Amino acid sequence: MQDKIHTSYKQLEQRSKYTNMFLRWFLYFVLILFALYFIFPLYVMIVTSLKTMEEIRQGTLLTWPSGLNFDSWAVAWGGRGYGAGDTFLKPYFWNSIKMVVPAVFFSTFIGAMTGYVLTKWRFKGDQWVFLFLLFGCFIPFQAILLPMARTLGVLGISNSVIGLVLVHTVYGIPFTTLFFRNYYISVPTELVKAARIDGAGFFKIFFKILLPISAPIIVVTVIWQFTQIWNDFLFGSTFSFGEAAPIQVALNNMVLSSTSVKEYNVDMASAIIAGVPTLIVYVLAGKYFIRGLTSGAVKG
Amino acid sequence: MFKWLEKNLPKIVMAPAVGLIGWFVYGFVLWTLYISFTNSKILPKYELWGVGQYVKLWGSRKWLIAVDNLLIFTALFLIFCVVIGIILAIFLDQKIRAEGVLRTIYLYPMALSFIVTGTAWKWILNPTLGIQKMFIDWGFENFTFDWLVNREMAIYTIVIAGVWQSAGFVMALFLAGLRSVEDEIVKAAKIDGANLFTVYWKILLPMMRPVFFTSFVILVHISIKSYDLIVALTQGGPGISTTMPALYMTQTAFHKSQVGLSAASAMMMFMAVAAVIIPYLYSELRRENAR
Repeated sequence: MQDKIHTSYKQLEQRSKYTNMFLRWFLYFVLILFALYFIFPLYVMIVTSLKTMEEIRQGTLLTWPSGLNFDSWAVAWGGRGYGAGDTFLKPYFWNSIKMVVPAVFFSTFIGAMTGYVLTKWRFKGDQWVFLFLLFGCFIPFQAILLPMARTLGVLGISNSVIGLVLVHTVYGIPFTTLFFRNYYISVPTELVKAARIDGAGFFKIFFKILLPISAPIIVVTVIWQFTQIWNDFLFGSTFSFGEAAPIQVALNNMVLSSTSVKEYNVDMASAIIAGVPTLIVYVLAGKYFIRGLTSGAVKG
Repeated sequence: MFKWLEKNLPKIVMAPAVGLIGWFVYGFVLWTLYISFTNSKILPKYELWGVGQYVKLWGSRKWLIAVDNLLIFTALFLIFCVVIGIILAIFLDQKIRAEGVLRTIYLYPMALSFIVTGTAWKWILNPTLGIQKMFIDWGFENFTFDWLVNREMAIYTIVIAGVWQSAGFVMALFLAGLRSVEDEIVKAAKIDGANLFTVYWKILLPMMRPVFFTSFVILVHISIKSYDLIVALTQGGPGISTTMPALYMTQTAFHKSQVGLSAASAMMMFMAVAAVIIPYLYSELRRENAR
């Protein structure tokens, strides 16, 4: 019986060999067409950033640059060297780093702790507590912007990197909790029970048993939080301006500033600089990035 | 004392997270809700004023344009992302060579911020030196593509950039869904004489119902919140033709100093999201409990 099915399956494949070949060409054609569509803006950004304005005016979007000319990159990163009105990305890039590192650390740590409690030290109503936290993933941030602006003012940390660290930590907690909770729920509770019988306490169990096996979910969470916070614009533009602004805000200001002639090559170099950190993370750790996307699944 | 501490340690560890979310999410939403019922201008007033702000909001031409734009954007964004996402996922599922590379290319826009995406597309779509010039230089002398500065069409440029950014994500969701289906099901169907098209149309896609649902929720959620992309691409212009609710809210709050009115618009957004999310969370929880 098994054999018979096998041969008929073979025959079937034989018969449709030619249709199959045509189909495969079609498949690859469509896939490559879409790949070109997705790669097109990145290509345009890169070649534009390497051209002079003269070349930009003469050629088209696709024209290859005449040489590797990094002048506009230098301007985007370090400015032109004159005082007022010379905006460039370097200081804002550091602002973003100073904001991202602590915010990612705190939100990940808190998420790990809550995820641990919610799965391994369950209490009555813990499901409701989880739901309570989870809902925070979904709220449109417009509904909290006004009171947040006032709160930061009262605390004396509006328009500062510290203020943004607080904001990103708080609104990261629902996501980090979700990640760790879903990961720890698949860790056998027997391990924890056995350790408790042996007299291990709350923190000892976390650090000796849970933490050593948490590497994958920590990577997923850190990448997710890093990408979210680095790419944030709403909080950055609402709660900071001038010198405390993170890089996305600075990029937007640079591109929108309507002084003198529009320099598209500098704009593109700036956009690449602002996008490169998350792109690098994506290329190096794509697997974890995708896992975060599909389990966090509520990019805001 | 020590005993008590030990017994309640887990709850104490939970407390900061619950407290922070309780205050910064629920407390703040309630505050916004309250303020939306007051006549607050630059500074919040705490005297109740009734539903005046909501009446004003729905009488405002700009808000109606914003809602209109949101509906157009959401519909197109959903359709294009899902169709492109499904096509890519199904095609990639055919034991394609270099699948990893292609997948990486389709998904990389998700790693970029909407500001970067918007900046890039603004340059590409700009009528003087962008795509329009490219086609004219290629010999299509009458080619015009001025959507970015055209009141009627500008909203569609936001769709173009938005779909470019998010379609790969839908692809990833569906690919994961298709990969979790047992090979045997497909093989059995093929032996019964079903061709590949039938297998997907009649068997696999109907099995992807939860993935459709998830994509729908996420994409609607993204589109209700979309703000950065509009700021980077059109600033709501030309005129106010590409305003959307999120942009309306921040402009009303921080440029026009109409705190009460902006709170009302924020609450409308909140309710729209809640209408999509609460059924979703409910069904997800039910599925989890059934397991």
